[in-house]
Amino acid sequence: MDIIHQGLLDIVGEGHISNQQEELFIYSWDLGTTEPHRPDYVVSPRTPQEISRILELANRHRIPVIPLGGGLSLAGLAVPFRGGIIIDLKRMDTIIEVNEQARYAVMECGVSMGQLTSYLERKFPMLTHSEPGAPPTATVAGNAAIHGQGDLAHPYGFNSDMVNGLEVVLPTGEICRFGACSIGAQWFTQHPLPDVGLFLGWTGTTGIITKISLRLFPCKNIRGTAMFVVDNEDYVPDIYHRISRTQMAEDIIAFSQTIPPYASGLQHFTINLAADSEKELEFKKELIFDDALGEYIRRGDGGYLGFTYGLQHPQISKTADWRKGGGFEYVGGIMPVSCYPQCYRRGKEISDRHDIPYTVLGRCIGAAHAMMFSWTYAFNRADPESVRHAREAMHETDELALELGGAIWKPGLYGQRLVMSRLNPNTLNLMKKIKKLLDPNGIMNPGHWEES
Amino acid sequence: MGLSDFKYGDIIHRCFRCGYCKFPANWMDVNNCPAYARYRMETYSCGGRLWLTRAWLMNEIKWTDHLAHILYSCTACKNCELKCPMGFNVDILNMLRAAKGEMVEQGKIPVEARDFLQNIQIHGNPYGKPASRRGDWMGDTQMDKYEGQEYLYYVGCVGSYDTRAQEAAKKLGLLLKRFRVSFGVLGKDEKCDGNEVNNMGEEALFEMLAQDNIALFNRLGVKKIITLSPHSYNAFKNNYPSYGGNFEVIHYTQLLQRLFEGGDLNPAEKTEFRVTYHDPCFLGRWNAEYEAPRKVINSIPGATLVEMERNKENSLCCGGGGGNFCMDLLGGSPDSPARRRVREALETGADTLAVACPKCLTILEDAVKVESLDDKLMVKDIAEIAGEACGIV
Repeated sequence: MDIIHQGLLDIVGEGHISNQQEELFIYSWDLGTTEPHRPDYVVSPRTPQEISRILELANRHRIPVIPLGGGLSLAGLAVPFRGGIIIDLKRMDTIIEVNEQARYAVMECGVSMGQLTSYLERKFPMLTHSEPGAPPTATVAGNAAIHGQGDLAHPYGFNSDMVNGLEVVLPTGEICRFGACSIGAQWFTQHPLPDVGLFLGWTGTTGIITKISLRLFPCKNIRGTAMFVVDNEDYVPDIYHRISRTQMAEDIIAFSQTIPPYASGLQHFTINLAADSEKELEFKKELIFDDALGEYIRRGDGGYLGFTYGLQHPQISKTADWRKGGGFEYVGGIMPVSCYPQCYRRGKEISDRHDIPYTVLGRCIGAAHAMMFSWTYAFNRADPESVRHAREAMHETDELALELGGAIWKPGLYGQRLVMSRLNPNTLNLMKKIKKLLDPNGIMNPGHWEES
Repeated sequence: MGLSDFKYGDIIHRCFRCGYCKFPANWMDVNNCPAYARYRMETYSCGGRLWLTRAWLMNEIKWTDHLAHILYSCTACKNCELKCPMGFNVDILNMLRAAKGEMVEQGKIPVEARDFLQNIQIHGNPYGKPASRRGDWMGDTQMDKYEGQEYLYYVGCVGSYDTRAQEAAKKLGLLLKRFRVSFGVLGKDEKCDGNEVNNMGEEALFEMLAQDNIALFNRLGVKKIITLSPHSYNAFKNNYPSYGGNFEVIHYTQLLQRLFEGGDLNPAEKTEFRVTYHDPCFLGRWNAEYEAPRKVINSIPGATLVEMERNKENSLCCGGGGGNFCMDLLGGSPDSPARRRVREALETGADTLAVACPKCLTILEDAVKVESLDDKLMVKDIAEIAGEACGIV
């Protein structure tokens, strides 16, 4: 047994480390189109202290470390491009505290979105969190770390805006806390202490988040989804603004897709509403559909399609299997909402060029301050040509997002390099300095946020 | 065999590995796949197994003992099939069974699986015990040999040989007698039903067992079968018809439900107890029978049924399916599904963990001992609980 294997075994114990081909194979793959790269070891620690010791070991031997949450970014963010140790964080899955009054939850980094959703529904039905459209295996910490968004993005912004505090193991092994918890207080606020932004959006290159405090929000008695449709993409930015102005919606999503055919070319909206009574619900519906959007309905340019009680939990998009190929990947652009028509039209062109049914979606973030616009490309995992087309479409879309004046959300290596090529040089230099300071041996998820 | 020759070669790549298969429907715990719960590596998840199978068939990875261990640690509990949102979900276990079948064809299976199958081939049971002792479960009780009675009471391998499960088998026999059910048993002439053999990918041996059993049942004129084990129930009900074996099959809890509907239970002493019920996979998820066992429990005077949070189609498998009650590829850890399950049962405040499967009975009772919960939680088969309520000791 080699010295690193023995060292890891001493830290995490039997059964929680592998260098066997099966684990190395499975953990080499992203679920999207990124080419696989084999790690040398896979470990699944249980405590921050174990992670700290793993990082100390990795520094001694200058071996890369790749933290892995749910592994659902689809952008190759946890692919071990230079081998090394994959740290599967999902065994650290305890919900430590829910503070009902201050409305936050503290949990370990491996807690999944599904687990948190279920926990709140069963134990704290008056609270909810901003649930992303990802499968329930996505982790809460991982989602915040990549600046994810969920179904409360309209009133409250990115999920990373909802972080009250973090515990992080630095690349050199020190365990740090940020936010009020760092002074021994409760985990109820991040401000006004120095920021935790050093660890959000850095793709695991600056440290490993081991605990997170996340803001929770009131969960009203009635929740459901209203649907609205227009046949002209140019109307969408105005509709976002009109709905947003009412401040009545929890979530506003516009989408369009080739399949089913009746939806093709139309722009559908799902608008989540919440209320404590039918009276409140009717009031909100009136404000949105009679007042804010009434003009569209009266003109015959838009149609109200009704309200469905109860929120659907995220289901994996059937898009994943449209080609009966089990694969899809998307570019998420954080875009000005005014870009929706161009995002839609140009995205459709890219899809057509690669013979992929188009699927686009824009989720309103904040008071129409931005939208997360996703261009999704299905592929057949068993057909390399289909994978190649999807990958090329992704790259073209990365370029499109930047061309239209947006930013790429959780970019893969290709997107990161595009972003860096446009970055303010002083900002780029600062990023390099920060990385070098925190990770002097360059062991953390190497390849990411590096110039080619 | 390459991927192109694999029966499911055109769909096995369609698993996205989204992970819904790891959860119960309400997402309360990511550990609802027993093998994933035990090992917590992606390789041991349903998606991991499918991706590894495909890689093996495409020669991207080679066969190893570890690969075989990963595949055979699947208990065929069916949680993955019921939770997978994709259209091919009905074939998930077929794909895994076919992959095991390919390993069988190549003679490359875990040694524990080999021993299991060899014992069945030689002795008709996975324990390697003599076929002549298959009737030992009856002890000194008088159970009639099957000679054209209304029902054949089929006990199965675990009820016949495992000393703990024998108690449940006997109690059920006595209960049937008490209610004057017309039944007979096969004793030493009984043979393995083959349910596990089938799920372990040994198609030829399963076919042989099925044909032998069907021939025997037909020769004896069997029309109706009561099973102690949900695994036998599943094989007879769902697999035997394709080999020409068409019998009216009933799990014993279904019969007890009917018998107890009349309210004839009048125990001499009514004892108050809190009981939680563990759904066996081959009665629940495989055959959608969730109510009969609960109705039986609820009809027992003094019993208060309290549910575990994961129940019915969201129940956590005890880890015994797919031959694992004998091979024990999922044992040896606090994360073993059976140990997780008894801790969950304890959380309900129940003093009794009721089961309706002899495999669950033995595995969960062992788990109670390992967890040192003997003084807090008793594991009992519903047949035993019902028998005691009827004064059968």
